[in-house]
Amino acid sequence: MAIESEVVVVGGGLAGAFSALAAAREGADVRLVSYKQSTLAQASGLVDVLGYAPGGDGPVVDPYDAIPDLPEDHPYATVGVDGVRAGMALFDEVAGRYRGDHTDRNAMLPTHGGTVKPTARYPSGAAAGVASDERDALLVGFDALVDFDAPHAADHLRNAGVPFDVRGVSITFPGDLNADAKVTRYAKLLDADAEVPVGGSTRTARAALAATVEPHLDGAERVGFPAVLGDDDPAAVRASLESALGVPVFEVPMGPPSLPGLRLEDDLYAALDEAGVSMETGNPVVDYEDEERVTRVVVDRNGAKIPFAADQFVLATGGLVGKGIDSDREGVREPIFDCHVPHADDRYEWFDHEAFGDHSFARFGVPTDETLRPLDAGGDVEFENLRAAGSVLGGADFAAEKSGSGVSIATGRAAGVSAAEAAR
Amino acid sequence: MASTPHIAVVGGGSTGTGVARDLAMRGFDVTLVEQGNLTHGTTGRMHGLLHSGGRYAVSDQASATECIEENRVLRDIASHCVELTGGLFVKRPEDSEEYFQEKLAGCEACGIPAEVVSGAEARAMEPHLATDVEKAISVPDGAVDPFRLVVANAASAVEHGARVETHSKVTDLLVEDGEVVGLEVDHSSGPGVRVHGTEGGRETIRADHVVNATGAWAGRIGDMAGLDIEVRPSKGVMTIMNVRQVDTVINRCRPKGDADIVVPHETTAILGTTDEEVSDPEDYPEEQWEVDMMIETLSELIPMLEEARTIRSFWGVRPLYEPPDVGSEDPTDITRDFFLLDHDERDGLPGMTSIVGGKFTTYRMMAEDIADHVCDRFGVDADCRTADVPLPGSEDFTVLRDYMDEFGLQSPIGRRSVERLGSRAEEVLDVDGPNPTICGCEAVTRAEVQDAIESSGSDLNAVRIRTRASMGNCQGGFCAHRLAGELQDSYDEPTVRAAWDELLQERWKGQRHALWGQQLSQAMLNYALHATTQNRDRDPADSAEAVDFAAFDDGSGADTGTGPATDAGVATDGGRDGD
Ligand SMILES: Cc1cc2nc3c(=O)[nH]c(=O)nc-3n(C[C@H](O)[C@H](O)[C@H](O)COP(=O)(O)OP(=O)(O)OC[C@H]3O[C@@H](n4cnc5c(N)ncnc54)[C@H](O)[C@@H]3O)c2cc1C
Ligand SMILES: Cc1cc2nc3c(=O)[nH]c(=O)nc-3n(C[C@H](O)[C@H](O)[C@H](O)COP(=O)(O)OP(=O)(O)OC[C@H]3O[C@@H](n4cnc5c(N)ncnc54)[C@H](O)[C@@H]3O)c2cc1C
Repeated sequence: MAIESEVVVVGGGLAGAFSALAAAREGADVRLVSYKQSTLAQASGLVDVLGYAPGGDGPVVDPYDAIPDLPEDHPYATVGVDGVRAGMALFDEVAGRYRGDHTDRNAMLPTHGGTVKPTARYPSGAAAGVASDERDALLVGFDALVDFDAPHAADHLRNAGVPFDVRGVSITFPGDLNADAKVTRYAKLLDADAEVPVGGSTRTARAALAATVEPHLDGAERVGFPAVLGDDDPAAVRASLESALGVPVFEVPMGPPSLPGLRLEDDLYAALDEAGVSMETGNPVVDYEDEERVTRVVVDRNGAKIPFAADQFVLATGGLVGKGIDSDREGVREPIFDCHVPHADDRYEWFDHEAFGDHSFARFGVPTDETLRPLDAGGDVEFENLRAAGSVLGGADFAAEKSGSGVSIATGRAAGVSAAEAAR
Repeated sequence: MASTPHIAVVGGGSTGTGVARDLAMRGFDVTLVEQGNLTHGTTGRMHGLLHSGGRYAVSDQASATECIEENRVLRDIASHCVELTGGLFVKRPEDSEEYFQEKLAGCEACGIPAEVVSGAEARAMEPHLATDVEKAISVPDGAVDPFRLVVANAASAVEHGARVETHSKVTDLLVEDGEVVGLEVDHSSGPGVRVHGTEGGRETIRADHVVNATGAWAGRIGDMAGLDIEVRPSKGVMTIMNVRQVDTVINRCRPKGDADIVVPHETTAILGTTDEEVSDPEDYPEEQWEVDMMIETLSELIPMLEEARTIRSFWGVRPLYEPPDVGSEDPTDITRDFFLLDHDERDGLPGMTSIVGGKFTTYRMMAEDIADHVCDRFGVDADCRTADVPLPGSEDFTVLRDYMDEFGLQSPIGRRSVERLGSRAEEVLDVDGPNPTICGCEAVTRAEVQDAIESSGSDLNAVRIRTRASMGNCQGGFCAHRLAGELQDSYDEPTVRAAWDELLQERWKGQRHALWGQQLSQAMLNYALHATTQNRDRDPADSAEAVDFAAFDDGSGADTGTGPATDAGVATDGGRDGD
């Protein structure tokens, strides 16, 4: 006998989490089956809704104004402005650490490369860093942490025209971390506030860090650090630094491994737990069984094939990065259900010749009907009880648009809600 | 002669830098000009095979003999650029036995140590070889890093007093009274190392003699003085795999053919190649069928290639030359030998000599010929020493000792750095302050990057070829911005940004030919890292239009309203950290 649920969600990234959460909140009995870590570990932790219109116009101030103009095959067009709003409302309910829900407008956030980018929600740890805030800033980098070069980022921000004075300084992180220490080592040291050697004696890590930064303050009204300020308890780390320095402290979002992304993932998994979603992680779905509709998905657990049966299924396996979309020299496909993925036959048409050109691979994914059910090449529904959400959907270049999380949250919620309704 | 003759060398490939080194060591005043980076031309786009001569042992025994001689020399003078991989000529059932025997006899005739090994023995050496490979001939092929070797030649030339100008294009030859007397040069950013955004300038370089070592471009330099130099550029593709499927050079033992060789190179294996005549050495089609053919044909030798991941492909153009009276139809019939064209003798135009054709492996010998010729012209009596004096970095091979401990580098990072730097390791790695890894794929540390920046100006592609940073699996996805950060200490932000953009674009160029499977995933990940996380694709600093920051959320109000936003959530963490 297969394990039975009303709704099975395949994929545990943002889209899968929001599908499962939404379906569970509608009262369905939900199981989430996911393989590897999601792309949240790679993402900055900022939650974008729409920063640029397709074609590059922007930065967009109000994403909700721009959504109605998106092309028909865009996932936002499928769920509509209301669907996006509903998704973000659910996000705001469960992501207590986030800011930005007080307005529809985007915020411009500094990035570790020294650009600014438009985003809809930002971790509270990054809040004091918003670029429309006119307070003068000092950016602090650590000389062995190569992903954030503070003097470079500061100069870059200045040339991006930010409305405040910004300086950057590179310091040696107190303690004797080795040159290739991972970001989690910095975070753990600050969480534990362990004694570190300073001069001839020792000091607690936070105090030692603040003391190293202090001489560089020189009138700065806020201080930014790379996003390594604590893993378990970032607010406490920030609070210690703020009280020692006497000014607000913020984190600058970084690339992988991204602590803000991982913190968000922790919060989502806790919310899923609370909502009663059962979880099965660490093994891939490799196959499915059907009689016109999908009856089961099959998980490969060390060679054993474990079936999971349900009334409704949600496909939230991600895009090219999450491996929800796969390709070889001959073509592009969705590997579990073999849903149709439109693409040019000639693989030299999948990309543009400019690094940041209009890449068609960035929009690879499954097309759907208005209820997010994947469509085959003839435009018919693939399976009556299968919905798709997140980056596995085609039609959005989230990287260019800055729409990654928003698309996953909005379509995830919508797919979860309709799966739960259909299961009734 | 009253003063030291001044020789201008055009072309910063293996030939030109080899010539510059040789002439400088023999006491000439030398200026080398190169339109791009060192290795900008064919030298930076070759297969990396240090020929044993085996490939030419049947068809072109003169070249084969030169190859084995130079193979021995380079192991000595360029030990830090060479990996002694060994090579195999493998025979499949459908390949001719007669040719196999000819190959063996040819190797013997040319003095190339060769030994027959059984299929089983070959598979014991290279487990991924196809099970139906019958037997093989083992030869002393090797792998060579063209970037490192050319940079070392240029460094040695400079040590001997030469001036090396990169990003300096020869736009005309100065001809006075029926003699070439110098060059018109266009510096893209002024003399010295290249700095983005620096005002360029023109310079007239007068010389007592000009050496045209521009390879596939030699005809264009000739045109500037009305000379006909019949170079026949022929393109070839190379496809880079993400890992080394083999540690030995694998050749197919059959007469000339496409897609018949795999060369292990650093962390990768490189498949090659094709041979197609093109009209323009800078503008030729790079086609899908060529990449597909590499994978499909070479899978016959190494079946796992069919499913393996490639990280990019690139093309190079051979500077083939044949004397006007030969007239080969097929470029594969054109000799691989080199030719010294004395334009005085040949065209009645004194003041310039061209060198065309040849191979990377024989660059030193070619340079020696040219330098002998120049000495002759000027009555200079100086012996060639380039076969005996090691290149900088290869001086003392015992340096491969415990630098890892000495510089606090962890294996395998330390090992790889020291292998790349050779005897320069101490000088480069002994730095104050932490020495973190900048490029994880290729294990390149800050000290190496900073050392490269000193001789590369703001040019991150020049840093790349010196260090291999951004040349591994992720193709710069994770390290491009770090490299930009490293430039920051020496250059201002707009300069850094321009160099960063150029690196991203250069890395993209080769990846386009590897966009399926895992490398397409990687490309999407890189795109997301650069565009989503860093917003580099819409970088406001690059935009003509200023961002209206006041129109966006400035954070005020974020924490007010219905109470602290910390409590707004149903908070799975219950506002656990008040965050
Ligand atoms: C580098 C990077 C940076 C980003 N930065 C931002 C940003 O700054 N702002 C923003 O808003 N968004 C950003 N995003 C986008 C965002 O983080 C998500 O990638 C996007 O929302 C897609 O989420 P998803 O849930 O659809 O897919 P994913 O996160 O890819 O999750 C898919 C999940 O499905 C699982 N899975 C796949 N196949 C199977 C299978 N066969 N069986 C079981 N499970 C399977 C995977 O293991 C994974 O857990 C970024 C993305 C990347 C890659
Ligand atoms: C596909 C392929 C694979 C190969 N594989 C191997 C191999 O495995 N082993 C081997 O030994 N050989 C190999 N070769 C051959 C070898 O690469 C070449 O013979 C050698 O690199 C030629 O070097 P060069 O210095 O003569 O020419 P180049 O490297 O082309 O140098 C000429 C330089 O002149 C510069 N230049 C041109 N015009 C101007 C101007 N107007 N002003 C200033 N500078 C100018 C160019 O930018 C260029 O850098 C291969 C060749 C190809 C095409």
